[in-house]
Amino acid sequence: MTWAEPKVTLELALAHGLTADEYDRIIQRLGREPTFTELGLFSALWSEHCAYKHSRIFLRRLPTGGARVLQGPGENAGIVDLGDGLALVLKIESHNHPSFIEPFQGAATGVGGILRDIFTMGARPIALLDSLRFGDPAESKTRYLISGVVSGISWYGNCIGIPTVGGEVAFAPEYNGNPLVNVMCVGLVPTDRIIRARAEGVGNPVFYVGAKTGRDGIHGATMASATFEEGAEERRPTVQVGDPFTEKLLLEACLEAMATGAVLGVQDMGAAGLACASSEMPARAGTGMEIELSGVPQRETGMTPYEIMLSESQERMLLVVARGREALVREVFAKWELDAVEVGRVTGDGLLQVRMDGQLVAEVPVKTLTEEAPVYRKPTERPRWLDALVAFDPLTLAEPASCEQALLALLAAPTLASKEWVWRQYDHQVGINTLVLPGSDAAVLRIKGTRKAIALTTDGNGRYVLLDPYAGAAMAVAEAARNLACSGAAPLAVTDCLNFGSPERPAILWQFAEAVEGIAEACRALEIPVVSGNVSFYTETEGRAILPTPVIGMVGLLEEAERRSTQWFKGVGDRVALLGPDAVSLGGSEYLWTLHGRVAGRLAPLDLTGERAIQSACRTAIEAGLCASAHDCSEGGLAVALAEACIAGPAPLGAEVALPPGARTDLTLFGEGPSRIVVSVPRHAQRHFEGLMRECQVAWSWIGTVGGDRLAIRVGGRSVVELPVAQLSHAWRNGLARLVA
Amino acid sequence: MKFGVVVFPGTWSDCDFHYVISELLRQPVEYVWHRSPDLSEFDCMILPGGFSYGDYLRAGAIAGRSPVVEALPDFAARGGLVLGSCNGFQILCEAGILPGALMKNECLQYRCQSTHLLVENAETPFTRGTRPGQVLKMPISHGEGKYYCDRQTLRTLKERNQIVFRYCTESGDVTGEANPNGSLENIAGIINDEGTVLGLMPHPERAAEGAMGVTDGLLIFHSLLGGLVEAGSFLKR
Repeated sequence: MTWAEPKVTLELALAHGLTADEYDRIIQRLGREPTFTELGLFSALWSEHCAYKHSRIFLRRLPTGGARVLQGPGENAGIVDLGDGLALVLKIESHNHPSFIEPFQGAATGVGGILRDIFTMGARPIALLDSLRFGDPAESKTRYLISGVVSGISWYGNCIGIPTVGGEVAFAPEYNGNPLVNVMCVGLVPTDRIIRARAEGVGNPVFYVGAKTGRDGIHGATMASATFEEGAEERRPTVQVGDPFTEKLLLEACLEAMATGAVLGVQDMGAAGLACASSEMPARAGTGMEIELSGVPQRETGMTPYEIMLSESQERMLLVVARGREALVREVFAKWELDAVEVGRVTGDGLLQVRMDGQLVAEVPVKTLTEEAPVYRKPTERPRWLDALVAFDPLTLAEPASCEQALLALLAAPTLASKEWVWRQYDHQVGINTLVLPGSDAAVLRIKGTRKAIALTTDGNGRYVLLDPYAGAAMAVAEAARNLACSGAAPLAVTDCLNFGSPERPAILWQFAEAVEGIAEACRALEIPVVSGNVSFYTETEGRAILPTPVIGMVGLLEEAERRSTQWFKGVGDRVALLGPDAVSLGGSEYLWTLHGRVAGRLAPLDLTGERAIQSACRTAIEAGLCASAHDCSEGGLAVALAEACIAGPAPLGAEVALPPGARTDLTLFGEGPSRIVVSVPRHAQRHFEGLMRECQVAWSWIGTVGGDRLAIRVGGRSVVELPVAQLSHAWRNGLARLVA
Repeated sequence: MKFGVVVFPGTWSDCDFHYVISELLRQPVEYVWHRSPDLSEFDCMILPGGFSYGDYLRAGAIAGRSPVVEALPDFAARGGLVLGSCNGFQILCEAGILPGALMKNECLQYRCQSTHLLVENAETPFTRGTRPGQVLKMPISHGEGKYYCDRQTLRTLKERNQIVFRYCTESGDVTGEANPNGSLENIAGIINDEGTVLGLMPHPERAAEGAMGVTDGLLIFHSLLGGLVEAGSFLKR
């Protein structure tokens, strides 16, 4: 064995992304200089990615408890109770940095990582969603990134056989240097079979299972905790390479091994690899762990302890096994032709001891690496430029010459256009649970063996959050819940992915703090706990940050799968109603961006009490079987929502709509505001529906009738839109495909 | 009628077939591990979709040389029936049990979508419950489903009525537009000369109940079970 460790100095610590203060703190805690391997451990475990050191203090504000919560934040994933002895495991995670450096593998390993977070908890993953953000679609780099990211997701998700059922894709030039790839996964587990990432039971053996360790992805977590400068592509070696086939074997082998009862605790070796798993698992259980690295399966020769501990090779897990039942575990992994090697044991001394061929190379208290990681409260400051941006009044701009042309332009805008080009590349049906396929407000999956179904969505609007981080983030929560309501589901839980620039800049950290506060407020008002999540800071290149983009992943429950709804009109003669307040704004709207190239103005007000009432009214109407369709009015406003209801379904239908006069026609048609839902109601249900809305005491009105082959909208008696459905459909269906093909 | 659903490392439609056969059709069914060459207790073997062995080398190439696949010709010769869907079709071609090959989709992308199939041969044990010229709706989900064979093979396939399904429009026209992957002459499914082994790219198990919006896949299962009622068993035991 030939390896020699360099001497650790302050310079070396700085080069590892630690600060001088942090280095002093390490020396103080250890009572000596760290070894080189120990320095590697600290640099990974104390990175922003693992330690949440800039965000932790703010994240404490989020409500995380509730009657259905079985596991809140702090584990591999959150868990909520579905009833019937089943629980839903959920988590969202970003893979922004690697996806920019190498879009295909970056996105693919994002899928692989989130899947492991779900099945480490004993759950079988049943659905994936992807929330993606890209830069200006006119840039060739954007087209390269989107095709790389989509094919990476497609490759990994399709090969492993977990359906990709939903998500979002939005475009803005602020994402030019930093695309966002946020992947959400949900899984199902019997409540009595949940497994946690804890190293319980002194003396229990620790098993390394799965793929072999290589030199790929060393310091990925540290890379993901820094901003990009010119030449970021040179960091390609820090991106891992995925193997969905091995992950499929690992998934089946882990679930089979867990079913034997011999597996007590599991953690994925993802970000910061073995270093993270071998310190977090004992830290959660108040134990220690000793590891002998010479037994770790390796795909390269001559790897040093430092490299083995920090490798982020994919498709690997660390298992704590009940002593005496090792053979059971070995047998299962042998069947699936995977390595399963005993590499250590749980100890009672609270230390992580790492040896190579018997020689001690690291000895650190696990709590020092985890709980005692630094926590910062860096300064926050509302940026001065925001006032001018918000002060802009979009109504000082001229009205469009033709509202019809404006509507067609919006439908063809890449952020609003049909995403079929993306999701037809994903297997969204495997598992035969997907009752509502991609393309409606939320995906709906049945839970076999019950009458229930779950609804899934991801939502977030960076423009809103830029203009008002607090309200914009709260609106993302409200919209996600509204999308679930439009499907007939009651919200269960949130998993959030917070994508921001560098927290070391006071303006960015202010955006972050405000956004977290907004999410917390909305989740409290709507009574939806946040059970897991992820923070992606440093999403900026050469000082240019992305739009602040909190993405809300939300799951909801339908007690009766049969009582689900979709967004498109279904019956000629059905009445169309608009639920919700009149208040809308062109501030931060898709209209203002697409027609005028501006992101400015004030958002419409969000009343969370009213929002909750509207969602409840919509859900109750769907449960009572009164609605043929329900669709959230979001980006693009009422006119786009109506057009989508006409064209998104399998059999396009027109509608005649009459709206009262507003301040301006473009505001009425394209103004955006929360708490608004378009529903269609069959004639025979009309009176029942009217009675229900009165009972619910919500604002609503009849605005039109489904039928014909055109969408005709009159405002104040004047015809402003009269377009064939086929023309709307053409613009919407080709908007994205035309740009990326 | 007892079904065996083969599981290779990387198979993923196994559970879906198992669910349809056991829960919807109420027929006996068991998973069969890829290392098992003993198929004596089964009447019909299903090779499901997925990425067996990661589809490394070529889709289905490695699985095509597994013990269970090597046992299939004998099984079929004794009257057993074999249904290969998606990756199962690829495996049957790679094993040489069915002629031709499945290549990368012409669009070079994966496709998960609904398709329409024209029934060309309604006299197989898999299609006897359909009418010739009937249009079935069934989803596909694959990256390598472009069927290809040489001219001589194509002629034989036609002469012996081995082309069972072609991609078509909703109204039954076999057009280029209805072809989702660039398959030769819109071929979606073929059968061996003996009429015992069917390979098709679409997923009948995803079109087997109202909740999924389509039930045309059931016609294939009902054809199999209907045949059983008449003959007692397919196996010449």
